[in-house]
Amino acid sequence: MKFTLNGETREIAVNPATRLIDVLREEFGLTGTKEGCGEGECGACTVLIDGEPVCSCIIPVSQVASAEVTTIEWLNGGHPLQKLFMDEVGAQCGICTPGMIMAALSLGPAPTLDDVRTALAGNLCRCTGYAAIYRAVLKWRGMPLEDGAGGAVVA
Amino acid sequence: MAAVGSSVARKDGIGKATGGAKYADDITFPGMLFGRTIRSTIPRGRIRSIELDFDRTGFTIVDYRDVPGKNAVDLMSQDQPFLVEREVRHMAEPILLLAHEDREKLAAARVKIEYEEDTPLFDPEKSEQVFKSIDIVKGDVVAALARADVIVEGTYRTGHQEHIYIEPNGVIAVPEDGGVAIHGSVQCPFYVLKALRCLLGSAHPNVRVIQTETGGGFGGKEEYPSMIAGHAVLLALKSGRPVKIIYDRVEDMIATTKRHPAIVRHRTGLTRDGRLVAMDIDVLFDGGAYVTLSPTVLSRGCIHAAGPYRCDDTRIQGRAVFTNTPPNGAFRGFGAPQTEFAVEVHMERIAEQLGIDPVELRRINALRPGDRTATGQILRDDCSAHMVLEAAVKRTDFARKREQYKGTNRTIGLSLFFHGAGFTGAGERNLKSKARLELTPNGVRIATGSTEIGQGTRTMHAQIVTDALGIPYEDVEVAQPDTSKVADSGPTVASRTCMVVGKILEECAHELKEKLGGLSPAEYYVRNGPLTVERMYEPPDWIQWDDNTYLGDAYATYGWGCDVVELELDPDTYEARPVKVTAVQEFGRPIHPALARGQIEGGTAQGLGYALLERVVMRNGAMANSTLTNYTIPTTLDMPEMDVVMLENPYPGGPFGAKGLGELPMDGPAPAVVNALRHMGLDVREIPATPELIAGCRTIA
Repeated sequence: MKFTLNGETREIAVNPATRLIDVLREEFGLTGTKEGCGEGECGACTVLIDGEPVCSCIIPVSQVASAEVTTIEWLNGGHPLQKLFMDEVGAQCGICTPGMIMAALSLGPAPTLDDVRTALAGNLCRCTGYAAIYRAVLKWRGMPLEDGAGGAVVA
Repeated sequence: MAAVGSSVARKDGIGKATGGAKYADDITFPGMLFGRTIRSTIPRGRIRSIELDFDRTGFTIVDYRDVPGKNAVDLMSQDQPFLVEREVRHMAEPILLLAHEDREKLAAARVKIEYEEDTPLFDPEKSEQVFKSIDIVKGDVVAALARADVIVEGTYRTGHQEHIYIEPNGVIAVPEDGGVAIHGSVQCPFYVLKALRCLLGSAHPNVRVIQTETGGGFGGKEEYPSMIAGHAVLLALKSGRPVKIIYDRVEDMIATTKRHPAIVRHRTGLTRDGRLVAMDIDVLFDGGAYVTLSPTVLSRGCIHAAGPYRCDDTRIQGRAVFTNTPPNGAFRGFGAPQTEFAVEVHMERIAEQLGIDPVELRRINALRPGDRTATGQILRDDCSAHMVLEAAVKRTDFARKREQYKGTNRTIGLSLFFHGAGFTGAGERNLKSKARLELTPNGVRIATGSTEIGQGTRTMHAQIVTDALGIPYEDVEVAQPDTSKVADSGPTVASRTCMVVGKILEECAHELKEKLGGLSPAEYYVRNGPLTVERMYEPPDWIQWDDNTYLGDAYATYGWGCDVVELELDPDTYEARPVKVTAVQEFGRPIHPALARGQIEGGTAQGLGYALLERVVMRNGAMANSTLTNYTIPTTLDMPEMDVVMLENPYPGGPFGAKGLGELPMDGPAPAVVNALRHMGLDVREIPATPELIAGCRTIA
């Protein structure tokens, strides 16, 4: 079957029931997509399929035939959101980070804090309590930090 | 500009933001097999027979008879086998190991095990097998209770909590040069090394442990990786090939450690005006089926059981006991979240019964410099209980809101808490931790066994060395922990990585600076070649501790916190929804404010989950809700607004005044949540306070 992966047309011959995450990690060596639960609950394996965030651990590869799949590797380290995740310490252990960034990419141009929370509701992070992630995403979109994503005080 | 005190770029930021960082499951070796663990399906009994019901072609099969050394995980006690020989003590106990290069064949292999079943013991209150008991006696609690004006009693319960690091446990064992290397997701590489040496015995002296990028730990990768590493090593040695074992989420939740469930009883004597005169506390921890780390978890739990309060006559009696459940173990806070939950909810009940404002009751009794703790430790100037309390009350306008919310669906509550940093008592002296700095052609390399598990070890250590040595931050690199190449700086636990290991590194940097004699590291390297400085930790000389009486200076210093939680209760569903948390915490001085804030925000989130959402349902000794669908941790939609306040009160024994921080934020949220619910008139004394629990609560008379 054929599909577009990070802008390039790829053809593979695998069992059509193979999970998309296994194809990405094992056939193409794209290990930036992480597996946290294998049941679509944690979002660590989030990739974009035709621009929509999807858990690649519960998608059989046959479902992406002719579709466009985008993974964290496509950003190539140069995306402003990646830099902001570093600057704001939106990544602590880092295992949820690629999925979190991919999910955030689906946000519109001027998201509110509530929009950000809703867009990331399917992505679990156990380290940050999410606040630093909100700060990274809101700054990326040039939005003001609302209460709940505001600045710390050192007295 | 100084590196310490500013939020410099994380050393590992780019790898994490690009997905390029290599976690255990991202690494493969030529010829690698995959490993699988066959586990018990009964909580107690004996194995009668094992039948392998599959074509064994290409399989490597290991049982206890393949252990070359001792079949025991070498931790505090050697009672837990790597592989069951005959007696099963809990569900999901490892019995047999399989490896194959084809994961589908591996998963399809059927093993039939027959057992003689015994009646399991699940109730810790009925257990007669005590792993550890601790008595801390200060003054005469019986006489003091007799002269108290008022006595308040109560029993408080906390449940299991599962770590839910987003990367499940996983390791790869690789045979090499007459030995074996472990690459894995581990918090404490030298603990794994010690366990493997015991497992393998003298026949396999060449063992090393390398930490791969680790996707969260929270204590959950402190002791269990020794077990998984042992399994992978046994399969690798038998097959002669690399073997990878990565747990899926269900296996990780069913088989590995959790926070100890606790039952804490308080009997407290007070004067009518609210001064504590006697605290009699009984602590019971459910240790599960093997000793693992329960004695030290109980120890920290007991030492923190009287809370941050002054009381001359105190008795704390603790027990950690056996049950037929998977062993409970290390989890951020290490026993203190359980006992501090109990004492803080108890203080709230005391305030209710005496008709005293809860803030005033804490003002009357909170520790000050010069006061003695429950272990008789005289606190120094770095005691900040009153400072955090007053700052939190003022910042949240607590008194006004408490009055304003009466009779509404909104409420507010607080907790006051503390957390000892570093190993307990003589622990740091006995540990003899070492750290090393090595000159490189461009600067220096930090070589310690302290692991980066998300909290920022690499960055924070590099900042300390940067400023102590006076070189650019970019010239400091941090070695990947490999037990054959780095100094054993002790385990990455107990809020000690900054305060203790950071301190050794600071001293190493001072010594190195002297040796450089005014040259930059690069200049010195060109002229003289490599140079290494290694130093050992020296705890403050004033620390006195008696392990028999449990009296003395339990910790060199403590962090202090006051959390205020505002929440709304849905009158129809009884769902309690936090809307704002204010976390005021003092931990010496933040080395990296953004990382420190991340510790507080993340720990607060775990504490809110512990308080309200995270219920482990045990059925016949196994976790019944072992998926992320029905064991729920906070999502973005569960988390309230967080207001973090970091107060400074430098500790002279820490690097640049820093104390430990990692665990402190875990202690406060649960009692603050429950105290807020109590302010609504709901008699909650247990967590998690799920809607079912809240609906069943009596109202406070």
